[in-house]
Amino acid sequence: MRVWKFGDDINTDVITPGRYTVTTDKKRLGEIAFIEYRPEFGKNVKEGDVIVAGNNFGCGSSREHSPVAIKAAGISAVIAKSFARIFFRNAINIGLTLFVSEDADKIDDGDEVELNIKTGEVRDITKGITIQAKPLPEFMQKIVNKGGLVEFLRSGGYDDI
Amino acid sequence: MASTITEKILANASHQKEVVAGDFVVADVSYAMAHDSTAPLAIEGFRKITDKVFDKDRVIIVFDHFFPAPTVAGATLHQKSRNFVMEQGITGFFTNGVCHQLLVEKYVSPGDVVVGADSHTCTEGALGAFTTGLGSTDIGGVMATGKCWFKVPESIKFNLTGQTQKGVYAKDVILSIVGDVGAAGALYKACEFTGDYVKDASVSSRLTLCNMAIEMGGKNGVIEADQKTLDFLGGRTGKIFKSDKDAVYVDEYEIDVKDIEPQVALPPVVDNVEPVSAVEGKPIDQAYLGTCTNGRLEDIEVATKILKGKKVARNVRLLVTPASQDIYFAALELGYLQALVDAGAAVCNPTCGPCVGRHGGVLAEGEVCLSTQNRNFSGRMGSPKADIILASPATVAASAIAGKIVDPRDYM
Ligand code: SF4
Repeated sequence: MRVWKFGDDINTDVITPGRYTVTTDKKRLGEIAFIEYRPEFGKNVKEGDVIVAGNNFGCGSSREHSPVAIKAAGISAVIAKSFARIFFRNAINIGLTLFVSEDADKIDDGDEVELNIKTGEVRDITKGITIQAKPLPEFMQKIVNKGGLVEFLRSGGYDDI
Repeated sequence: MASTITEKILANASHQKEVVAGDFVVADVSYAMAHDSTAPLAIEGFRKITDKVFDKDRVIIVFDHFFPAPTVAGATLHQKSRNFVMEQGITGFFTNGVCHQLLVEKYVSPGDVVVGADSHTCTEGALGAFTTGLGSTDIGGVMATGKCWFKVPESIKFNLTGQTQKGVYAKDVILSIVGDVGAAGALYKACEFTGDYVKDASVSSRLTLCNMAIEMGGKNGVIEADQKTLDFLGGRTGKIFKSDKDAVYVDEYEIDVKDIEPQVALPPVVDNVEPVSAVEGKPIDQAYLGTCTNGRLEDIEVATKILKGKKVARNVRLLVTPASQDIYFAALELGYLQALVDAGAAVCNPTCGPCVGRHGGVLAEGEVCLSTQNRNFSGRMGSPKADIILASPATVAASAIAGKIVDPRDYM
């Protein structure tokens, strides 16, 4: 899977510009992810690719469109040095996997990586290095694995934790 | 281990002996709130999970962002939420106040965990509770289960000491802090306000401080409950938590408030803060007194003292929205509303009013509004080419008379 690398403070308007978010259609949102900031993303992203970013990924508004768009584009996980708070929650709630790693800098755009969603281990095949992202706590992982908060709460929810 | 008030409240609500910043917890929620703008999506999420709210007395729905409905689209959203209220038998349904003010007047107690589908839910933490804003899906989930997951935040301590000069208020203090800390300076953090100044401050002023925690990126604002809090609660009881002396903070600010002058936040971002002298003499078109930041009786009183017997300048329209019906009645009884109307103000029904530009009081291109609200983002109050400048009720009242921005200390 390929790495799409981003810098610090990637805001929700960069991910899903306001003018394009007057829809809740997931497929359409997947097509518009980073449409102005990085037009080649939508054209070339492949199912399973990962995003690697710096600090404060997803800052700005509380719109849930942003994590929905990233997930619908096929991204399997976002690995960042840190996430903005409401984006983080919204991502977990809609079932987008996030990893926090201080070492995110070591991975470059276009690198081929292998990601162990369970352990948070990212093997950079291009560079021959491995970084260990902090895996989500088990119960958070359960929400993601169920496909988001709604599905999680429909099937036992917090009782299973 | 030593804990902060925020850690203690979250430990209590998640039935654990202790939690530390960074832990994930599932907490029992005391109240879940959504307003006319955010409830419809929350209800959609809720309906996918279940068909019965966890507690009809703990889900609060407030129509405040655009009430009475100004458009058919708005009325349709109201209809959807109103049907939900009726169907679920929700007891806490209001159309007569700003959601945060109603929550502090009627519901929140010290030690509570309160979530709202509105970013300024941090306000209610001034009563010694953990209160925070969430997205709509989250609130839908809480309506269904009564529970919510949280990452326990790290805390920043704001130790405020001293007394403000005459003519300087809690709004000036928090604007000055936001200017120093920056719009992302408290990202994800609990903003804990403490010190002599906070102890001496009224509950109303404390609410103003916590209200703007989100403007620094904060997750919650919080102030330890004391006798003043208990008096304010009028019979409601709660569980009082206090931070341990050696609790861990990621940052500590020591601020002597005596040095703070009347402040303004210039557009288009809230941390663009300057002393009022930086823009003295700038003409204004609208003056606005109200909102969850500064629409309380104390604020109306300060403004009335300045405006009583005077006239609002001809080039200015002064709009007043008391933050709740109780405040409206109290101001009416004390003669404040009469004095304001005599001065030329339009007193509107107690809701968010013009604060988000969805209702009345919108601005034309090139106009300037001096406002007691908490956000000055472009386009928030009408034309994206209008300017919103934030200030205290005193500065707004004095400037309304002058027709331009003035230092309120000359009008007291
Ligand atoms: S008064 Fe303004 S800031 Fe407060 S809840 Fe209403 S719209 Fe939001």
